[in-house]
Amino acid sequence: MSTSTNDQTCVIIGASHAGVNFAFALRKEGWEGDIIIYDVDPVLPYHRPPLSKAYLTSDDGIEKNLLKSAESYEKESITLKLGSWVESIDREAKKVSLKDGEKQHYDKLVIATGARPIIPPIEGLADAQNVYPLRTAADVTNIRQAINEGAQKAVIIGAGYIGLEIAASMKKLGADVTVIEREDRVLARVTSPEMSSFFETLHADNGVKIEVGKTVNKIKAGDSGNLVITNDDKEYKADVIVVGVGIKVNTELAKEAGIEIDNGIKVDSSARTSDPHIYAIGDCTYHHNPHYNRYVRLESVQNAVDQAKIAAASICGKEVKYDAIPWFWSDQFDVKLQMVGLAEGYDEILIREENTEGYKFSTWYFKGDELLAVDAVNNAKAYVVGTKFIKDQKVIDKTKLVDSSIDFKPANLLAE
Amino acid sequence: MAKITFITSDNETIVAEADSGSVMELAVANSVSGIDGDCGGVCSCATCHVHVDPDHVSKTGEASEIEADMLELADNYNERSRLCCQIEVSDKLDGVVLHVAN
Ligand SMILES: Cc1cc2nc3c(=O)[nH]c(=O)nc-3n(C[C@H](O)[C@H](O)[C@H](O)COP(=O)(O)OP(=O)(O)OC[C@H]3O[C@@H](n4cnc5c(N)ncnc54)[C@H](O)[C@@H]3O)c2cc1C
Ligand code: FES
Repeated sequence: MSTSTNDQTCVIIGASHAGVNFAFALRKEGWEGDIIIYDVDPVLPYHRPPLSKAYLTSDDGIEKNLLKSAESYEKESITLKLGSWVESIDREAKKVSLKDGEKQHYDKLVIATGARPIIPPIEGLADAQNVYPLRTAADVTNIRQAINEGAQKAVIIGAGYIGLEIAASMKKLGADVTVIEREDRVLARVTSPEMSSFFETLHADNGVKIEVGKTVNKIKAGDSGNLVITNDDKEYKADVIVVGVGIKVNTELAKEAGIEIDNGIKVDSSARTSDPHIYAIGDCTYHHNPHYNRYVRLESVQNAVDQAKIAAASICGKEVKYDAIPWFWSDQFDVKLQMVGLAEGYDEILIREENTEGYKFSTWYFKGDELLAVDAVNNAKAYVVGTKFIKDQKVIDKTKLVDSSIDFKPANLLAE
Repeated sequence: MAKITFITSDNETIVAEADSGSVMELAVANSVSGIDGDCGGVCSCATCHVHVDPDHVSKTGEASEIEADMLELADNYNERSRLCCQIEVSDKLDGVVLHVAN
């Protein structure tokens, strides 16, 4: 610790994966002053990924899904102010203003405002019944309630990871599920055509109807549910509609305070914004990834947690640099997808199939000899081996890689 | 009801009790440092890594294939490594001692 932080206050806006992990990391790094976190969500901070997966299909209350227990915050003297909306940042006075008029001074400020779901301007959407996004615990409560009250037909708008996970979960709950996607394949924005085609098959095999290349033009609310009308004039009955067309980053607060924005809140390698007293972490940031040597905006727990740790160390006077390999996962039906790296820019795809029953394979993305990313389906070994190769930047023997008779160990796959 | 002892890498001892849920959930509920559970307990992050005390391996049983694969290249791996989100609390676990790996 370079200077004492005894009488200093660190304020955090946003109590989710980034903000909460940051608060605990800051204590661990030795911050002795006050730590105050604000979040508009009234619920004790929880994990978001299960919301569309296991949590949606369970009867669990949110207490089974908390990031930290209520006592943990007390133990570490972290003040949680839930149900509080931060309205503005006054950088000159080093104060944040809350909606109820309260003002709070900060010495260090951390913006962890994440993102919110995009609600597309579809005619009739506002008047339709049971239309929900899925980002918060309250959204899950609404969707579960609609199902419990007898909603049978579900339409999911958007086939990204969240949309497909919701489709799988609602199918499991017994609904009749249709997914409508504007692009000509599912997951178009986030993965390769090969993986898209695998997921289209998986969903079809499990009875989910997937309609790609269609836009929703209009929604008509009626006594017996909604009618979702697509651009080819087809009508889909929907007792419940879930909108999963992507997110918009919450950059407004930072922008209005004059902090540099570029596809997100721009931060340096220690997660610091253009104001040296203000850091930003998580989904809301646009940051440089040294491994891939480009700027990225990531929507992932990994990035939220890793940036949180970097920001905490930096605020406590350590020289640190963000240098993480991104990873992500998705669970749909009995498929566990684990991804590592960033595939963008690949020029070759290799698929390794394992000799087992059921789905078990991995997709390897290369640019020349460089391994960029791996998508592992029910194959944690491929995921950890891929992670190791990406980190170590060692060259893989591609012929050996696709030969599933060769035991999956890093040493066996090294190029001569 | 099972009584479970966690020993952190700073040698803090935390004793916790539960009758259901995963061991990771119990650790998080009791603020056990070094058990983050970043993926929420779905065997995707390896931030819930523990070493089962040598005398207690029979209580926890063996790792599943996916868990073992996740552990294979994890930091501080040893033959008693487990991802504790994959261990369900039951009476069988009563008295178990788990050493937090990170
Ligand atoms: C359904 C779903 C499934 C997902 N699945 C996965 C997955 O499998 N794997 C994975 O890695 N990631 C997944 N993600 C993404 C992951 O949840 C996010 O990357 C992560 O939540 C980002 O954390 P964050 O803290 O940066 O932002 P957020 O989680 O968006 O949190 C931001 C918080 O800030 C609060 N806030 C914003 N503005 C203000 C303000 N002005 N005043 C007060 N409070 C404010 C919000 O209420 C919110 O709680 C999923 C996300 C969702 C929604
Ligand atoms: S909590 Fe992520 S692997 Fe156990």
